[in-house]
Amino acid sequence: MKHILKLKVNGREYEKAVSPRRTLVEFLREDLELTGTKQGCGVGECGTCTVHLDGKPVNSCLMLALEAEGKEITTIEGLQDGAELHPVQKAFIEKGAVQCGFCSPGMILSSKALLEKNPHPSVTEIRSALAGNLCRCTGYQKIIEAVLAAAEDGEGADGGQRRKEKV
Amino acid sequence: MGDYRILNSRAVRVDAADKATGRAVYIDDMKRPGMLYGAILQSPVSHGLIKKLDTSKAEALPGVVCVVTAADAGSTRFGVSPARYDETVFAIDRVRYVGEEIAAVAAVDQETAIKALSLIELEIEPLSLVLDMETAMKQDAPGLFDEYPGNITAEVSQEFGKLDEARAQADRTYSDFLLSKMQDPAFMEPQGCIAEMDSHSNLTLYTSTQSTHYVQRTIAMVLGIPLGKVRVVKPYVGGGFGPKAAASNLELATCVMAIKAGRPVKCTFSREQVFLRSRGRHQFLHDMEIGVKNDGTLVFLDHRAVLDGGAYSSFGIATIYYAGSLLGAPYRLPAMRYHAVRVCTNKPACGAQRGHGGVIARALFESMLDGIAEDLGMDPIEMRLKNVMSTGEETCNALNMSSLGMRECLEAVRDQSGWKEKRNRTGKNRGIGASCGFFVSGAGYPIYRSKTWHSTVTVQLAEVGGSAIVRSGSAEIGQGSDTVLAMIAAEELGIELTDVRVLSGDTDFSVDLGAYSSRQTLMMGHAVKMAAIDARNQVADVLSEVLDIPADRFVFSGGFVELEKGEIDFSKIREEFVREHKGFTDHPEGDRLTFREASRLAFIKKGTIVGTGKYKPPPLGGKFKGAAVGTSPAYGCSAQIAEVDIDTDTGLVTTENVTASHDCGFAINRTQVEGQIQGNFVMGFGEACFEEVKFDETGRTVNSNLAEYKIPTTMDMPEIKPIIVESNEPNGPYGAKEVGEGGIMPTIPAIMNAVYNATGIRFRELPLNPERVRGAIRLKESGRDVTFEKDEYCRRVIKLLSGRKS
Repeated sequence: MKHILKLKVNGREYEKAVSPRRTLVEFLREDLELTGTKQGCGVGECGTCTVHLDGKPVNSCLMLALEAEGKEITTIEGLQDGAELHPVQKAFIEKGAVQCGFCSPGMILSSKALLEKNPHPSVTEIRSALAGNLCRCTGYQKIIEAVLAAAEDGEGADGGQRRKEKV
Repeated sequence: MGDYRILNSRAVRVDAADKATGRAVYIDDMKRPGMLYGAILQSPVSHGLIKKLDTSKAEALPGVVCVVTAADAGSTRFGVSPARYDETVFAIDRVRYVGEEIAAVAAVDQETAIKALSLIELEIEPLSLVLDMETAMKQDAPGLFDEYPGNITAEVSQEFGKLDEARAQADRTYSDFLLSKMQDPAFMEPQGCIAEMDSHSNLTLYTSTQSTHYVQRTIAMVLGIPLGKVRVVKPYVGGGFGPKAAASNLELATCVMAIKAGRPVKCTFSREQVFLRSRGRHQFLHDMEIGVKNDGTLVFLDHRAVLDGGAYSSFGIATIYYAGSLLGAPYRLPAMRYHAVRVCTNKPACGAQRGHGGVIARALFESMLDGIAEDLGMDPIEMRLKNVMSTGEETCNALNMSSLGMRECLEAVRDQSGWKEKRNRTGKNRGIGASCGFFVSGAGYPIYRSKTWHSTVTVQLAEVGGSAIVRSGSAEIGQGSDTVLAMIAAEELGIELTDVRVLSGDTDFSVDLGAYSSRQTLMMGHAVKMAAIDARNQVADVLSEVLDIPADRFVFSGGFVELEKGEIDFSKIREEFVREHKGFTDHPEGDRLTFREASRLAFIKKGTIVGTGKYKPPPLGGKFKGAAVGTSPAYGCSAQIAEVDIDTDTGLVTTENVTASHDCGFAINRTQVEGQIQGNFVMGFGEACFEEVKFDETGRTVNSNLAEYKIPTTMDMPEIKPIIVESNEPNGPYGAKEVGEGGIMPTIPAIMNAVYNATGIRFRELPLNPERVRGAIRLKESGRDVTFEKDEYCRRVIKLLSGRKS
């Protein structure tokens, strides 16, 4: 039997009937067609399904959709402001932090969460914040450089703050 | 090397924005109208005879549209190399590994499809298991296939130069062996595909592949559909690293379901299924004897190897040849002998994985060079420098070094890593090690015997003027080929990168053999260059006719067409352009003729302007058996220096301060070349230090997930200083050659050599995980000989191999 789920995704209110067995990542990808969130393992090991739940990064494959009742979710599709990309997205693009791209949405959301909490992280802090997001292509170095760049121009943290207030 | 506007820059990847915003579409993001969901029944046992397969209950489940088995898929065999076609879409009578495909269900949703699988009645009578090299090679071993007596799927015996004569020239000889473990590609995106048939029986397969071309051929051959009626399309692919280069049972089964159901069917793998299918890195056992002069000059290599191939051949015939042939360089080696077998076992099949076939052979060879240098009292880098080949030389196995920046790579890492100071300073628990690597830049021959072009492409100029579309079957899998091709087209047409659109990965666009053997930049790069020049020349010819100026005087650059000297009176062209764009607000302005006007004029005069390009390598290599494997129009090479820190309490090896150089001939995109160097090292680091697919005594994979099969994370990766060496390859477009795979070749031995430098222990078994490292350190500390668990096993396997020779 389906249950009614009310939540906010990328600033928009949704009310949908979902099966109690549906995971949050399935709900986002299948029911809302927000396919930017990826599923690489389904059991919380790879981090490609990372989304923000009330501002905190979570593995959306480890949550049931119904657990998000009344919560605010941000996915990769909700980061940009109109045509303007989020500073973390810009930094990933410019620094060559994207290769196959399958980890990128989750990686970007984990980075954004870090910068919102810690606007000027050290490399060690970045490594620690991204430890749950696997990438097989880049060797991580250009990803770390991108997070540093997003933090350096100061926009990383502030941009994140502004959006948080807007939602 | 010329002066370029776009090439050799740090241009932003053409697909980066789509990937960073979630817009990029991968296979699992796609849906087709009326689409069904497929699920595959896989063998729960490693070896057995199928006694019962009854699908009637599954078929009766509401929501199930069709169930397919070998009765639907037929018995046509396929594989990678036509000489070793040994697989069928679904198992017929017999299963040979846990995970082998037996049947498939298409249903209205995934849940129903999976539920239906549990209703299929399957009975398998177990057969004796063959789970390792030694068991497979024993005289009374149970056989997996009638056609592979002794469980040998391939055997190679080669001699280059005169080994026995060379042996007499050697002052000293050294022997050692190394055993590795099977490894998984662990790309982030599990495989998946969608098949559909239209009302004219045209089959389209959307799939997460590295080669649309080989998949197209395999589908047509196996399912008996005319080749012209099969189209294979690749959306964005989340990494491949080799195993996605061959057509798969998943792809074929999905086509069979779509045909039977008459509706589109999607079928995707779970992470566990990625592990079960594998086709990743073989387990290798290498045994080598190296002869040298007292001054460190290499004299010969006598090399034996055994590969555990798993249940089917896959790429294995190429793997076994690569494992030998790639040691022909980068050092001058007057004589080389190679004897190897690839055995089949009741485990997932192994195939091609980054650095195909050569990685573990390179690890043992380079770690032995390290030991030889020490024994001779030489610096290991100086000894390597003494032996490296130069541009223009040919190896004893007939590989032509048309460019080889090996010396430059070695000197660069030596000078930029602080090698000399650190080498003197390292001591207990800290070490530094160096290694070289070498790899092909595209396979010299296709997988099937053919005179086919390896890459064809069209560059079409937009009829409205100003932009261009590059269409090809090439495979962007994350390595950045779309960007490289766009940059080449933009350079030749003299337009901006943003004015080039690359459409790739579709067999309707062109023939391209795909993303394997590090071939896209060199081969498709040549073809795109040719096609863009063709299109440009067609525009120049029209301008020449209209303006009465010789065509070769026009220069295309920065979005304009100009003369090197003098001005063009193009007032009539502009007038006409403006006249046909009444109401538009973006008329060309200024005193220069724009490419937009010029290409529009060409369309008005000649119709659609399409440039075509093609490439295939010239005949390469020697005449001996297996000479084709290892041939390439060009070879990349690399050198790496890694530092390690070892926690002697836990045995944990931490890698730090890596300096990595790569000779890519010419860097089309500098950022991407660095990204490949770094990505290669980190993947190799995982393989060196912890990656291992483990099996229980029944042949079941026990760590088929990313928690227990660990790959490097941000916490593990060292900082890597990438150094680009450009040797200007004459056979590559603009001098370019590979970087996608070669960069992994030096990684494992550089780490092994650093670990030796820190501990004084040469490991004969990989990976260098904490358990193994700690165990070896304990033995050494207690004053005992350092031995490894599999030492005796390895010696027995090598003996079994040697026994075959007589």
